[in-house]
Amino acid sequence: MSAKVELCGVTKRFGAFEAVSEVSLEIAAGEFLTLLGPSGCGKTTLLRLIAGFEQPTSGTIWLGGVEVTHLPPYRRPVNQVFQSYALFPHLSVWENVAFGLRMQRVPAAEVTDRVRQALELVSLAGFDARRPQELSGGQKQRVALARALVCRPQVLLLDEPLSALDAKLRQAMQLELKRLQRQVGITFVYVTHDQEEALTMSDRIAIVNRGRIEQFGSPHEIYHRPATAFAADFIGQANLLDTRLIAADGSGARVRLAGGLELVLRAAAWPAGVETALVSIRPEKVHVSKSKSRAQSTFAEGETNMFEARIEEEVFKGATDHLILATVAGTRLSAVVANESALGEIFHAGDRVFCGLHADDLVVLRVN
Amino acid sequence: MTAGKEAGPPVTDRRTAGWRAWALLAPMLAWLMLFIVVPTAVLLVYSFCERDELGRVVYTFTWDNYQRAFDPIYVRIFGRSIGYATLTAAICIVAGFPVACYIGRAREELRDRLLLLVMVPFWTSFLIRTYAWITILKQEGLLNAVLRSLPFGAGPLDLLYTPVAVMIGLVYAYLPFMILPIYGSVEKLDGALIEAAHDLGAGPLRVFSSVIIPLTLPGIAAGTLLVFVPSIAMFAITDLMGGARVPLIGNVIQNQFTQARDWPFGAALGVVFMALFAVTYWILLRFREREEAAG
Ligand SMILES: Nc1ncnc2c1ncn2[C@@H]1O[C@H](COP(=O)(O)OP(=O)(O)OP(=O)(O)O)[C@@H](O)[C@H]1O
Ligand SMILES: [Mg+2]
Repeated sequence: MSAKVELCGVTKRFGAFEAVSEVSLEIAAGEFLTLLGPSGCGKTTLLRLIAGFEQPTSGTIWLGGVEVTHLPPYRRPVNQVFQSYALFPHLSVWENVAFGLRMQRVPAAEVTDRVRQALELVSLAGFDARRPQELSGGQKQRVALARALVCRPQVLLLDEPLSALDAKLRQAMQLELKRLQRQVGITFVYVTHDQEEALTMSDRIAIVNRGRIEQFGSPHEIYHRPATAFAADFIGQANLLDTRLIAADGSGARVRLAGGLELVLRAAAWPAGVETALVSIRPEKVHVSKSKSRAQSTFAEGETNMFEARIEEEVFKGATDHLILATVAGTRLSAVVANESALGEIFHAGDRVFCGLHADDLVVLRVN
Repeated sequence: MTAGKEAGPPVTDRRTAGWRAWALLAPMLAWLMLFIVVPTAVLLVYSFCERDELGRVVYTFTWDNYQRAFDPIYVRIFGRSIGYATLTAAICIVAGFPVACYIGRAREELRDRLLLLVMVPFWTSFLIRTYAWITILKQEGLLNAVLRSLPFGAGPLDLLYTPVAVMIGLVYAYLPFMILPIYGSVEKLDGALIEAAHDLGAGPLRVFSSVIIPLTLPGIAAGTLLVFVPSIAMFAITDLMGGARVPLIGNVIQNQFTQARDWPFGAALGVVFMALFAVTYWILLRFREREEAAG
């Protein structure tokens, strides 16, 4: 059982401070949605609105087609994994996990079964009798997860549920959670400020910034087609270029950068009636080589922007090489290339190289 | 810090450390000796003595006082005292808990002010406050004046010098001792736990019984102890507001040392009384230990 979650024009004010502004969001049943954003952007507040701990100042909230805006939390088919765990200190691990089932008046034999399964799922079998105070941070987090999952809610809200785990357990739990979500088909609303986690786990990602949704789309879309400078910068790295339109025709839009460098973009990418815009390109999309033909890569002549640059800095990072490039016109770009052995080329600071940027990889950003 | 450490002598010699510890403890030990051990010892010794016709203590050894202490008359008074104290503690829990919760959950500035209000009564003498209650409850007092002025004309209540007046006095006197420890527990209670319980499907009543009560139990236990113990021994309120019509054990003991001039018997009652406390305290302590082991 899973349910669709809809937020319609939801605004939440704390006094004069607007923590959530006019958020409209439609989360499909059984979807794994991630709210991704920096600290204090309103992720927890959004979850609390869905769970029912906060009432929106305006707007409505719907679960599975039923309006729940003013329903108390205990009447909503939603469970939450709290950022602070919120385990009951007076109850054992077993009793903590059984709490929700007790409230639903599930028969005792079934409680025993389901609690045992839930604890096995989070690899905490044998911790039944422990008190929460006797657990490590990661173990507490897993109990919190088991406590919410065991209730089989239609929507599960997770507030940074893996933040206290070490890298290895975290990865294991990420896969486990994803597998579980597919298996039980519960709608997951997952909060994190870890972009990698968001990219790996989500069906769709909502980028939250200052109480607004900046972009909503699949991980692929978000990464390759960032809508705003914030989205481009928050997920991965991006070269953000200030450009001015100088000519546009059917084949492309020609723009000029501050230093005089000229680039050609897809004509359709350029918004109508706009003179200047921010253009983003991912560092790994900057093709670098000492040979012009290799920088050109496999792209057709007319679609590739070619220019010369000098390597200002080179940082070896193992699998990749990070370069800071300065074009003749003074524009600076960062580039990530596969390491030297894979490429057969060695780069050093001071080298003169060719750069190729494909028109498709230049993304025009929206201005808010 | 480091300079201080270097300047002090090394504390490797255990005897030196022991000597220092004793020196530091001395004032505390002297205080305990003077105000607790010595009076208790005197009380114990007296309780096995007799008195002569003039009320002087005669140092012999007799069990008579204890035999008298378990006379049905006194057992009944003991029982009544326990009943009054239990009822006082119960009313204080019921009345104090919501107040403590309200204060504990209030905004910080408001919280400090409310706490101050709880403690304001301690700024005046206990006796003055008790007399104030007398002027409220007496036949021509404030309460009856208000009742008479009401449109439906309720008849005057004859409350003063009744058990009800004694209960009012006891609850009034000890309510703050219940509110403060419960407030301490409530303030420590993490609001996220209440939210978690709601989230897991617990309505307000279940949250109260399954989360709030268990987590504030240490405060309730401490408050019960603080209210129960002094109210069982109270004699001033029963005298002033009960008109000595319903004597409690405190009155009886006080009487032995004053009017009856039977110090050995008073001492024996006192010892029985202390034993009773010790048992109550032990039970409550066990209870709290269990709670602490639990939470
Ligand atoms: N009860 C409240 N009263 C006033 N302001 C609040 C309240 N709750 C949250 N805020 C404010 O709303 C904003 C969003 O808070 P929220 O907890 O949703 O952030 P978050 O995105 O979850 O951050 P983090 O990643 O650090 O957990 C913050 O600026 C916070 O200070
Ligand atoms: Mg948060």
